[in-house]
Amino acid sequence: MNWTWFHKFASPPHAYRLLGTMRPWLFWPALAMMLWALYNGLFVAPTDYQQGDSFRIMYVHVPSASMSLMVYSMMAIAAGIGIIWRMKLAHAVAAGCAVIGAWFTVLALVTGAIWGKPMWGAWWAWDPRLTSELILLFLYLGYMALRASYDDVQRADRASGILAVVGIVNVPIVKYSVEWWNSLHQGSSLSLTGSSAIHPSMLPPLLVMMLGFLLFFGAILCDRVRAEILSRERNAGWLIEAA
Amino acid sequence: MTPRRRRMVLVGLIVVGVGAAVAFALNAFQENLLYFYSTSDVVSGKAPVDRTIRIGGMVTQGSVQREPGSLEVRFVLTDYAKDVTVSYSGVLPDLFREGQGVVARGKLVGDNLFVAEEVLAKHDEKYMPPEVADSLKQQHAGQKPSDVPLPSTAATN
Repeated sequence: MNWTWFHKFASPPHAYRLLGTMRPWLFWPALAMMLWALYNGLFVAPTDYQQGDSFRIMYVHVPSASMSLMVYSMMAIAAGIGIIWRMKLAHAVAAGCAVIGAWFTVLALVTGAIWGKPMWGAWWAWDPRLTSELILLFLYLGYMALRASYDDVQRADRASGILAVVGIVNVPIVKYSVEWWNSLHQGSSLSLTGSSAIHPSMLPPLLVMMLGFLLFFGAILCDRVRAEILSRERNAGWLIEAA
Repeated sequence: MTPRRRRMVLVGLIVVGVGAAVAFALNAFQENLLYFYSTSDVVSGKAPVDRTIRIGGMVTQGSVQREPGSLEVRFVLTDYAKDVTVSYSGVLPDLFREGQGVVARGKLVGDNLFVAEEVLAKHDEKYMPPEVADSLKQQHAGQKPSDVPLPSTAATN
């Protein structure tokens, strides 16, 4: 198989420039989508028949929870590519994913608690979905702590990469926890195949918010990977020339 | 085998191995992972007596009795197969109502009576404006409760 395109992307100066070009194209649409979705979710969408206005926190909770899983999957795949192909840029991407994914997880847990108190009657419950999402946060934190504990970047890449890859096992557990076990948390409202359990009048802000979160993640990832490249390549010729 | 191919196999094996280990562990601890027992479990004696457990089900229509002048409340939980009576003293969540799914934490004290220390309300994954819910309800009127699809609460297992 011919991997030249892959290796070209892996070249740090090339990637550094490409990510810099991509960033504004992700960031500004993301901001516009999130603002539109926030306004429409909070003011335009009708109230819910059961939960009244409290359901509106869904417009932040669902996108952040789904991003927390998506980002972890991406981090694990990037770490796997880094281990198999010895590709430094892939490890840089994985490292960039970790911080952002951890924040999405925190956001999902906090908005979930704020939603849980008025609806369920409890901030927290040791329910399978909540517990596995908390483990997801610990996996992100463990990955970051492991990286930070090595002085040598290559060894940090390898050790933390293995942890990221192993942790992927938790992702389907979070996703399907509400189906496999009795849980307090409700099942999924959205599905890629079947119809959605959300009334069409409430759906657009949610979908736009999810897309906005995705693009926002992309934009921040560009920044983080660029910063990671700078710190790894600080002694490289191309950077010294550019400086 | 090239080193790259070897690393590929190694990473694959790690994921498959850890995945299998976790799957077996979760399977073995299935009982302990149970967040709540269904009312059928309680009636058939699967739930331990005199130990703090959680039970879940739907609040039966017309079963809620409040003691005037106190926070005492009694209601019947059902999974549309078996019923358990729950007695509770305290503030109920806003979503608590008849026909709603709840999860109660407390102890079984003999004959299908459950004394709860905490009652949490479940809600399902459906979201719709009140008008839509009303018209749906009118369409469903006249059906037996068993025809109404169970919210995920008391559903399977």
